[in-house]
Amino acid sequence: MAVSASSPVLSEALVLAPVTALDWLVIAPVAWCIGIGAVLMMVRHRGMLQPLIAIAALTVLVCLDAMLLWHVSQGGPVTMVMGRWLPPFGIAFTVDLTGALFALAAAVVALAGAVAAMADIDASGRRYGFYPFLMLLMAGASGAFLTGDIFNLYVWFEVLLISSFGLLVLGSRSAQIDGAVKYGFLNLVATTLFLVATGYLYGIFGTLNMADIARKAPGLRDTAPLMTLTALYLLAFSMKAAAFPVNFWLPASYHTPRIVVSALFAGLLTKVGIYALIRVSILLFPVEREILGPVLALVAILTMLTGGLGALAQTDSRRLLGYLVISGIGSMLAGIAIGGPDAIAGTLFYALHSMLVMTALYLAIGLAARLGAGFSLAVPSGLYRDHAALAFLTLALFFSVSGLPPFSGFWPKVMLVKAALDAGAVWLAGALLLTGFLTMIATGRLFLLSYWRPRDERTAGAGQAGLPVSGLPVRRLPITIVAPLVVLTALSLLIGLFPETLLALARQAALALTTPTAYLDSVFAPGSLQ
Amino acid sequence: MKSLILRTAAPPIVSLMVLFSIFVLLRGHNEPGGGFIGGLIAVAALSIYGIAFGVETVRRAIVFHPLAIAGAGLLLSTLSGFLSAIFHVPFMTGLWITPVVLGVEIPLSTVMSFDIGVYLVVVGAVTSIALSLEEREDS
Repeated sequence: MAVSASSPVLSEALVLAPVTALDWLVIAPVAWCIGIGAVLMMVRHRGMLQPLIAIAALTVLVCLDAMLLWHVSQGGPVTMVMGRWLPPFGIAFTVDLTGALFALAAAVVALAGAVAAMADIDASGRRYGFYPFLMLLMAGASGAFLTGDIFNLYVWFEVLLISSFGLLVLGSRSAQIDGAVKYGFLNLVATTLFLVATGYLYGIFGTLNMADIARKAPGLRDTAPLMTLTALYLLAFSMKAAAFPVNFWLPASYHTPRIVVSALFAGLLTKVGIYALIRVSILLFPVEREILGPVLALVAILTMLTGGLGALAQTDSRRLLGYLVISGIGSMLAGIAIGGPDAIAGTLFYALHSMLVMTALYLAIGLAARLGAGFSLAVPSGLYRDHAALAFLTLALFFSVSGLPPFSGFWPKVMLVKAALDAGAVWLAGALLLTGFLTMIATGRLFLLSYWRPRDERTAGAGQAGLPVSGLPVRRLPITIVAPLVVLTALSLLIGLFPETLLALARQAALALTTPTAYLDSVFAPGSLQ
Repeated sequence: MKSLILRTAAPPIVSLMVLFSIFVLLRGHNEPGGGFIGGLIAVAALSIYGIAFGVETVRRAIVFHPLAIAGAGLLLSTLSGFLSAIFHVPFMTGLWITPVVLGVEIPLSTVMSFDIGVYLVVVGAVTSIALSLEEREDS
């Protein structure tokens, strides 16, 4: 059996305290996703079995992440080291409130995507492995949110990248290959930069454990080139998060895959970049972030405005949403640029809101396209007349993404604007409000042109021969897309009406990031010298 | 490839290579080797077999779809990590048993089952790529 625990030498190298079942929640989401992904790979040819297994597994994942969030909110950050080697030598998974919140939101988004995929992904998409890719994507995302080791974070980024690449080319249309090449190449550049920065960091610190880096950074600040390091990390993660000058992969690729895949990407990928930005700039290098604050603020403003203006200029609803994802990223960056617990809390809240709402928006326009409206804004569909309920649901999501009450987008915007004004960053506050305005116009334009405008009989007849000329062909709404859409919209409304719990959690999470004593103590015993 | 020499030589070479790949896999615990490199050697063996006798023969010979083999390997590796839960130690802790079979001690561990999982993942994934490339060439 395992080496006996009596030897005094062992306590120098190994974790000897027994691990409770609750602590297993730290690793469970990741290992569970990988295991189920493996099972799904083995039953690749069973078209009907796959979605059932995946949906059941993701439901379990949501439960696991909810329990993890509860565990962390009760007892503070939790750490588990792989293979029982003591940190910083063993790879540590350290979960704090931020990670747990992100992981839970990601699991909810993935579950919604898996259900919607039952209608959107056909048999050949399943055979090519939509569901295994989805599970591995979730393994990558959960791993990134839960790990406490910066090289391990890189590994999960790679897992995420590979599975997203697989999802992107599912279907193999030439537009998809085109999008995937741009997406893959620019993201590989970003991960390579991340790897270079991590090698540099290892050269400076001699450790990869985030808690270890955070506690060693103050001592090295005067001698080591931490500014360069931070700038490298910020560049790499900004590319991942789609911040302004390095975000061209997003508009080039997000409109090409199946709509469910777009929805998942909008909910998951860029948010992992934002999470990594928060982790590195707030937890590891807060002083350097302070100095780089004006640069970050400029990037945030440009990202917000180019996103908003880009959305205004689009004639394809998928591309429009892609630009809305970008402008949302700008708002989150604004919080990071300001720093301080209030602003970070706003960023966290915004990220969680954005994950749910952007996914729902893509599902909504996918549903509209399925009902015959297509993705082009030039073709009036008269959806408002034929499917008023769907139109209202979409309008609610548009309100939410623009930051109007009573939906979830309102609160983070208020928090961010208030934090910006408190910090004296009037320009930033102005840009945040202007972006909300631009988003409102862009989504209003989408609603007006593609939902509200009555269907033009002549163009409809010419465009879609064989369909009844009067009104849209009345097709049954697929319940598997409607249900996740309704649930996500209801969540957004619920968060908008009763924000207290999430507000408190976001504040607590932000405080734990800015003063990471509890995070460090969960990895290294309090008071231990290194 | 219609080459009598290759067709005659392939079976002994392939069986030796597969045997060697398993040797490298098991040797990897303390010495150079391991699941990854062992898996690559096995893939090389299967590729030679494919060049000599055609892709269909290889697919029949390995019974399962290559990606199913990769999935099984991934599952085995993950389960090796989960075994630690029973013994209240962290994920992926190496656990050993040394049963004595016919007077010989055989050390078995979760480290080894993890490495066998890696071996299967490499065999499955790379064989899948190699076979589809060879298939393209045949047609």
